[in-house]
Amino acid sequence: MLEVRELSKSFGGLKAVDHASLDVRQGEIVGLIGPNGAGKTTLFAAIAGFHAPDAGRVAFEGKDITGWPPHRICSAGMVRTFQITQPFAKISVRENIMVGAYFRTADRKRAEREAEAVAGMVGMAGQLDQMGADLTVAGRKRLELARALATSPRLLLLDEVMAGLNPTEITEIVAVIRAIRDSGVTILLIEHVMQAVTSLAERVYVLNQGRMIADGTPAAIAENPEVVEAYLGHGAAKVLRA
Amino acid sequence: MNRTIALCGAGLAAAVIFPLFASNYFVNIGLLVFFVAFIGQSWNIAGGFAGQTSFGHVVFFGTGAYTSTILQVTYGWNPWLAWLAAMLAGAIVGWMIAVLSFRAGLRGSYFALITLAFAEVFRILANSVPFTRGGLGMLIKADQRPLNFQFRDPIWFYYLALALCVISLLIAWRLTRNRFGARLVAIRENEDAARALGIDVFAEKVKVLTLSGAMCAAGGTFYAQKYLYIDPSIAFGVDKSVEMLLVSMVGGAGTIFGPLIGSVALTVINEVTRGLASVVPALKNVQPLSLVVYGIMLVLIVARLPDGLMGLFRRKPRHA
Repeated sequence: MLEVRELSKSFGGLKAVDHASLDVRQGEIVGLIGPNGAGKTTLFAAIAGFHAPDAGRVAFEGKDITGWPPHRICSAGMVRTFQITQPFAKISVRENIMVGAYFRTADRKRAEREAEAVAGMVGMAGQLDQMGADLTVAGRKRLELARALATSPRLLLLDEVMAGLNPTEITEIVAVIRAIRDSGVTILLIEHVMQAVTSLAERVYVLNQGRMIADGTPAAIAENPEVVEAYLGHGAAKVLRA
Repeated sequence: MNRTIALCGAGLAAAVIFPLFASNYFVNIGLLVFFVAFIGQSWNIAGGFAGQTSFGHVVFFGTGAYTSTILQVTYGWNPWLAWLAAMLAGAIVGWMIAVLSFRAGLRGSYFALITLAFAEVFRILANSVPFTRGGLGMLIKADQRPLNFQFRDPIWFYYLALALCVISLLIAWRLTRNRFGARLVAIRENEDAARALGIDVFAEKVKVLTLSGAMCAAGGTFYAQKYLYIDPSIAFGVDKSVEMLLVSMVGGAGTIFGPLIGSVALTVINEVTRGLASVVPALKNVQPLSLVVYGIMLVLIVARLPDGLMGLFRRKPRHA
């Protein structure tokens, strides 16, 4: 469904993403992990059209979408959320989600119904009249999810929707993400919370210093010495094994 | 909702009946209130709803005023027809400024400054090119017939200004109800999030500035027909830009009634201070006393009422 090949992106002299490749198949939940500064968000931004990649190719459902602007990628059926939540602060949750829903319809009543349905799905039905600015961190994360979902994507790119949440909230949002997948939306998610990734993703890619260093099932990844070292430092794998 | 409609109906009825009882002085004040509310609304649609704060909106006003006046005086067009051409010219200038500045990625204060620069360039051009007659300005020959867009009785200008104001309110009301408006607000609140949600931010911003330019240009022609004289500093002077911005901010930027309420407030202040200055000898030398009061008011509004006077009427946002 999504095919990223040899994608590179530099900022000045810094190679944020260096020949990274990944595949997402229809119906999967795929995780993208890596230590801080590995280039995960940059890779996401390049896939979703927020940065033009310096080299490499992005294909979505067989179409080459490399360098397309975000709104075209959105109409192709792929949409991203932001790690640092970006609510429309001065309008209500309902109106926030409607902005997403308006993507598929110009009709106000329909957009409103759609928004309310999506709010129900992510557990925000009771907060529809709250202002975007008044939401808690957990609320903002849900709102990111809801707005993106309202555009009716086939592939959802989630950037750290669990960061900053407490364990109860994480359990709740994991259930929401599963339900979204079960409704037929494929998901690629960046995550820092390891336990969440292992419980959600079927396959995991590991990015370190811009390069893809491993991929496989969560269990296999956790055993991979290179991955352990990327997270814990050089030599850590040997220490752990001993 | 029903209360709002009833209130609007009552207000409109009062505005329609008002000149039948009022003296010419008050009719002229009412005319000014509605006229400034109209051009203020043209600013509000781009600056308030879409968050594209312009410091040089007068560029559209002047474009409209000069387009219709030149077509009329130099080429003998009927002013009503020239009015349409003026709106078209305003739309074109709006489109052009939007494409140039948004292509370059100008946002926020950079956009504000570039609009200010455009207005100054247009003022200087109007001062120097031959077809505007430079600093002499242009006089429209008085010929008070409705067909000429000139009326012997100011009451007709009053009604025309009222009609423009009502149309601009309807446009703003539509924006609170339709997709275009929702997208503008999304762009104002967070451009990146708007882009991620499939909004072609560039296209929407160009659209709104085109619309705003056309509206503001319509105001320019109205002004020229009312006073029958324009020159570069009237048509492109920075004070009109400030006036449009001020009435919206004071009334409540991004609200339907903000510019109208701001216009009422500022006109009242203007008249009261003028009266005061002529009565109180100590204030005689404080030349435009109104500007002092405007300044104080703006400081108070920005500090205490970020949503403008409209913020007083709205319910407090619920905290759940």
